[in-house]
Amino acid sequence: MFGYYLDLALRSLRRNKALTALMVLAIALGIGACMTTLTVLHVLSGDPIPGRSTQLYYPQLDPRDMDGYRPEDDPPAQVTWIDGMNLLHARRADRQALMTGGAVPIQPAQSAIEPFFEDARYTTADFFPMFDVPMLYGHAWNQADDEGSARVAVISRKLNDKLFQGKDSTGQTLLMNDVAFRIVGVLDSWRVTPHFYDLNNGSYSEDEGVYLPLTTAKDLKLARNGSTDCWGKGSDPDHMDTAPCVWLQLWVQLDTPAKVAAYKTFLVHYSQEQKTLGRFQRPPNVRLDDVMGWLDFNKVVPGDVRLQAWLALGFLLVCLVNTVGLMLAKFLRRSAELGVRRALGASRREVFMQLLVESGVIGLTGGVGGLLLALLGLWLVRKQPSDYAALAHLDLSMLAATFLLAVGATLLAGLLPAWRACQVTPALQLKSN
Amino acid sequence: MEIGPILASLRKHRIPALLIVLEIALACAVLCNAVFMIGARAGEIRLSDAIDEQGLSVVTLTGADPERASSEIPRNLDALRRIPGVQAVAVLNTMPLSGNGWNVNFTTRPDMKPTDKGSINSNIYLMSEGADRALGLRLKQGRMFGSEDYASSTMGATFAPETHVAIVSERLAGRLWPGQSALGRKMYMDKYWYQVVGVVADVLRPTRAGAGLPGIYDTVFFPMQPTDVLNYYVLRSAPADRDRVARQAEDTLARLDPGAVAEGKTFVDMRGDFFSGASSMVWMLVLVCVVMLAVTAFGIVGLTSFWVAQRRRQIGIRRAVGARRGHILSYFRTENFLLSAAGVALGMVLAFGINLYLMQHYEVDRMPWYYLPGGAIALWLLGQAAVYGPAHRAAMVPPVEATRSG
Repeated sequence: MFGYYLDLALRSLRRNKALTALMVLAIALGIGACMTTLTVLHVLSGDPIPGRSTQLYYPQLDPRDMDGYRPEDDPPAQVTWIDGMNLLHARRADRQALMTGGAVPIQPAQSAIEPFFEDARYTTADFFPMFDVPMLYGHAWNQADDEGSARVAVISRKLNDKLFQGKDSTGQTLLMNDVAFRIVGVLDSWRVTPHFYDLNNGSYSEDEGVYLPLTTAKDLKLARNGSTDCWGKGSDPDHMDTAPCVWLQLWVQLDTPAKVAAYKTFLVHYSQEQKTLGRFQRPPNVRLDDVMGWLDFNKVVPGDVRLQAWLALGFLLVCLVNTVGLMLAKFLRRSAELGVRRALGASRREVFMQLLVESGVIGLTGGVGGLLLALLGLWLVRKQPSDYAALAHLDLSMLAATFLLAVGATLLAGLLPAWRACQVTPALQLKSN
Repeated sequence: MEIGPILASLRKHRIPALLIVLEIALACAVLCNAVFMIGARAGEIRLSDAIDEQGLSVVTLTGADPERASSEIPRNLDALRRIPGVQAVAVLNTMPLSGNGWNVNFTTRPDMKPTDKGSINSNIYLMSEGADRALGLRLKQGRMFGSEDYASSTMGATFAPETHVAIVSERLAGRLWPGQSALGRKMYMDKYWYQVVGVVADVLRPTRAGAGLPGIYDTVFFPMQPTDVLNYYVLRSAPADRDRVARQAEDTLARLDPGAVAEGKTFVDMRGDFFSGASSMVWMLVLVCVVMLAVTAFGIVGLTSFWVAQRRRQIGIRRAVGARRGHILSYFRTENFLLSAAGVALGMVLAFGINLYLMQHYEVDRMPWYYLPGGAIALWLLGQAAVYGPAHRAAMVPPVEATRSG
């Protein structure tokens, strides 16, 4: 019967092309707008490090003095050098890395390339295995390099392409900030979105080009990029290791829930111990968020993107109500034809199915149109200058969602008109003609 | 016009009538909120700024040796001044809308702490001698800084300028000392104090920090001798020259300091970059509104056409018993008016509800009341325009239709 219904539906849709086009267009526009905004939302609120995100945690402590203390306040978003180093050396987690952002002037050996600035990450050895960073050539540095402030560097594939035309550059020397660094590793293409491990320089910023040991960067006083929050006596750029300032991010890997609970207890004990020592003044106030929790806590997804998604949903609703109305008009206009089918023995159920097939065809066509519009919409989004623009691509799951949404929504919209059209009394329709 | 018969007929077509009402209500709710957001964003993009935006070019210089700043900055300024068409040059720590904020909390009493509630967060601009002319600052009260102010001001250890003079924006003056003159008053930041010597017309901040949009004009200017924190070179020229000046200035600084990175831009471009998010949001909203109104209008046309087609016989009978074309026309118009009225009434309630929800969850302000009747009138007009075609066709139904069957 389905083939027959399909044939009937196509005939009926061809009969009134303008009305059909209007319905398909309305669905396509609604779906297109919805899918564009939902895809952007999906990309921006996605898991930056799938598979690992539930094992990575961001510890927060409150080392501030009692000035402006309110018990309900959250602890600062970063840690001090002293606390970071203490927690790093305590090695209570499966892995731990302390880090901050920076920028280094790169002085290429080839005179053909002018010196330029490159975003850098100053971190510790566990960064690479903990975040599953893929290596193209060489390897990361180790703990001994951290402790010895070694002049070693890991560079990104992009920078390697720019400086060494993509050749294996491990072992080569790179002059940065007038200091010679030995390249020990080259990353393969790697980008985490959102840039969860440091949200200070834009939540969707690209990953850095240069990775250096934190201790090395501190010894050389390399320029930092990021935020610094100070209290009490305030900041002293020359002695950031003792200054009462938070400016470092600490990430830890905790493989089991039991370890998470134990680590949280450890943070509380650590705070109490520091308070006894007189370094901390506030009562222990700790947080330990996993990756998604940390992104939520920082409200990483731009409000505008959510607003646009809501707006598009509203728009889709208008389009659907519109389609319901038009379909109702179309089905009721065919009351006579449906009356004949009913009189010839078709049950209400069968007429209902026939009309649903017709709305399904509209939904499917609208879905294809919506997909094309969504591709166009995403192309427009990618033209925008925002830092997440380049990420707006349709993936397979959103593709499937588009079709499900289109067909589902139109079938839903077809229910009421189809039901209403089934109610016609065959005798009445036959008589009036 | 009798509305009794219209209501009676609508009661017979409950579902299509309800659909039109619902569609208009939804469209009205979305329209009101979208237009309100467009207005808010557009207002932001057009924020005034009391500097010579059209004539300014800005070059940022990063990576220069901080130790040599005191000698290199005057040399750089000299070289920039020699670019043809340049009327004035200066260097600052940051620029309006640059995204690089220098936010500081000021208080009006020495015993208040910067973290206290009464303190006001503002941006500080540190400027070299001549920056008032280069930017085109407009003095409203008091005086600009003198040469001795510039010469004596240095950078303190905690990122506070070591000076005792300051110029504030009109808006900030009004916020710090409401209803009084700001001239001669002192503002405090920890152990530092600054006396206001002048008030200038409102200049924008580099970022939306602090109180957000209401605080966008909270700015304080300080004199500063050549120091390493000054790295935004600003050049003023005729608007026609600005693109060339920005390019040449970038080349000049790159040549003078090969180890550093110079990046030149006109201020107009800086403004465009800063508001790019807002302006793409505006375009998206406008597009959605236009398309949504079109869809709604076509929906009304479709449904009314169906109605007219269904009632050809009744219309014929009415015409046969003496109704004029005008009567038929006004029948459909009144019907649409009633449906629109019900739709916009529901829509205004919905719009208000949506606004309340958005206020709670997003950075959206309360919608002024006049957006509601505004949206209502827009949809009512749209309905009347949409119904015109079908109603006109209905009016053309000849009286003889009454005698035909079916």
